[in-house]
Amino acid sequence: MSRELVFSRFERFWHWAQALLVIFMMLTGFEVHGSYTLLGYEQASDLHRTLAWVLIGLWILAIFWHFTTGEWRQYLPTTQNLMAVVKYYTVGIFHAGVEHPFKKTRRAKHNPLQRLAYLFLKLAINPLLWITGLLYLFYNDWPALGLGGLSLGPVAGIHLVGAYAMLVFVIAHVYMSAFTAHPAFAYLKGMITGYEEVED
Amino acid sequence: MIERAAVRALLPTLVFFGLVWPVWSAETTQSDESTADHSKFEALQQEFASGPEVTKACLTCHTEASKQLHKTTHWTWAFDNPVNGQELGKKNVINNFCVATATNWPRCTSCHIGYGWKDDSFDLTSEEAVDCLVCHDTTGSYKKYPTGAGHPAYEDKTFPPNNPKGKMFKKVDLKKVAQSVGKTSRATCGACHFYGGGGDGVKHGHLDSSMKNPDKNLDVHMDKDGLNFTCTTCHTTGSHEVAGSRYLTKAVDRRGIVIPGRSDVRASCESCHGMAPHESDDKLNDHTDKVACESCHIPQFARGGRKTKMWWDWSTAGKKNAKGKPLVTKDADGYDVYHGKKGDFVWEENVVPEYYWFDGNMRYTLLGETIDDTSVVQINSFGGGPDDANSRIWPFKVMRGKQPYDKVEKILAIPHLFGKDEAAFWKSFDWDKALEAGLMARGVKYSGQHGFVETEYYWPVTHMVAPKDQSVACNECHSNNGRLENLRGFYLPGRDEFPLISRIGWWLVLLTLLGVLGHALIRIFFWIRER
Repeated sequence: MSRELVFSRFERFWHWAQALLVIFMMLTGFEVHGSYTLLGYEQASDLHRTLAWVLIGLWILAIFWHFTTGEWRQYLPTTQNLMAVVKYYTVGIFHAGVEHPFKKTRRAKHNPLQRLAYLFLKLAINPLLWITGLLYLFYNDWPALGLGGLSLGPVAGIHLVGAYAMLVFVIAHVYMSAFTAHPAFAYLKGMITGYEEVED
Repeated sequence: MIERAAVRALLPTLVFFGLVWPVWSAETTQSDESTADHSKFEALQQEFASGPEVTKACLTCHTEASKQLHKTTHWTWAFDNPVNGQELGKKNVINNFCVATATNWPRCTSCHIGYGWKDDSFDLTSEEAVDCLVCHDTTGSYKKYPTGAGHPAYEDKTFPPNNPKGKMFKKVDLKKVAQSVGKTSRATCGACHFYGGGGDGVKHGHLDSSMKNPDKNLDVHMDKDGLNFTCTTCHTTGSHEVAGSRYLTKAVDRRGIVIPGRSDVRASCESCHGMAPHESDDKLNDHTDKVACESCHIPQFARGGRKTKMWWDWSTAGKKNAKGKPLVTKDADGYDVYHGKKGDFVWEENVVPEYYWFDGNMRYTLLGETIDDTSVVQINSFGGGPDDANSRIWPFKVMRGKQPYDKVEKILAIPHLFGKDEAAFWKSFDWDKALEAGLMARGVKYSGQHGFVETEYYWPVTHMVAPKDQSVACNECHSNNGRLENLRGFYLPGRDEFPLISRIGWWLVLLTLLGVLGHALIRIFFWIRER
């Protein structure tokens, strides 16, 4: 075991900036949808649009970073150890002394369950929001883009499906990462400082 | 000493701003661009006994003016709708104010741009019968007498006539008026258009006497201290033809900004502002394909301190007071809420418009068309919808009321209201006589049985454009129970729900929350037990 830099400065920046953006996009997005009134429709939709562009910019940087550093491999799915991890979170975690079956290394910093969850976020939830969101943004250009057959209702509906999926992800992710570590808050600390204990 | 020197230095400045400036600025703001001074015209160096005599003099120089005017709706009161072929115009349509012009000519034609249209024998080809002065007066002293069939008062007389309590119409000084002619103004156009329906603000709601000298809040373009537009700044004219028609509205104007070589006809907002007028916000520009400018920029109409009539129930007309005169009841602000001659009224101000998809094609329920007397009759109707690229969401004043109809023939009826004969409703208050005479004048036989049917008349709202900071806010439409609550058939963000998605979505969110909460509680439970 040794203490190593697991989350580089950019990765931490990306994570926390994205977290903030996603939270505010959900707050404003559900208001635009009409779920509640907080900022008022105009401010909410303005902010939602501005944050969308910032988030898209951040994603472009993050995608570039993942490919240039090779860190994208961290999300490759695996079934090895998957059931053991599931079993740990459903049974083992309740008992003192049961250790997490996954041993973190610098080259495999996410457990099999994390890999699946993050991959699903990146390949399903995010693109769903991104594609429908961009369509929503460029609603007036649909005819020029050859998308004249689309109508706003279904696009907004699918965007909303993505929003609920994101909210579910955020709730589960916050709980798992902030409250299930041993020692307490170790994951959270790692995501802030970048350093974690890893197997050699 | 210093003080005296200061006063001496300031004195010329004070004199300039106190005395010279007002005169100078008045001269510059009222500067006449015209190359002609009509007071020097030989043809106008005479006393005129009547309006037509003045016109005769005008025509000695403006040889084609009357011929031009004869072609306009202002003159003919007839309009052939080229889209649906309907014959419209004041001469033909039925409304739910005073219903129709037929038989009531001398009263109605006090707003005709001519002299003498008192019955069907009026010669629409007479050049001298064109009234130049009602539009081109600059003195403000030229007023058509209300029952004069278009003539002004040639002697001092009151309205109603011989009534000392009536409104005085002074003998008009035709020579002075003729020598002072100039361009049209808000006052000259407004002399008729502000008073449509028989009184100030009655008909339109967005045109009333408050628009004669509006401030910026009332109309951002006509603002007397700002842009100071006149009517013809937008309603451009050429050969006396005025741009812009309620009978044939452009619901969306994609011609582009009007510049020489493209067009010289304006009247629509887009003809100056284009289809992408919002500099700071593209999302607002994204609205212009579906939402008319007026829908957001005229938050309310009747905003200038004058009320407009929203309801007119003819069925209650005829009540008299103790003296046998028509009963009149006024509200606290002095507006008639009941008049024995006309029935019950509802007046409103600062009215939020109603919104409908509108394609610009007005179809009228004309005389002789069968109506359904079991429901509300649409005086006019129009097409348009979310999928029609040539229609947009427009604001409307909807005039509602009850008016007479022929119960047997199932057609809207026309009352003969004004006149000294026994058939005139305002003389004998007998509906059957009045309707028989009114319909007869248009060649329609009256069955002898009348009823009253509820009607609706849709008026697109286009004036009283507010400054941008007072335009309709986003959430007034993008919300539940907002201004567009009743417009359906399209997805409106902020208003429309996906009940199934939301129900499943919130359940999943709740289950996730309960899941992590339960997981945490179980952990705490074991932690305590195993300690």
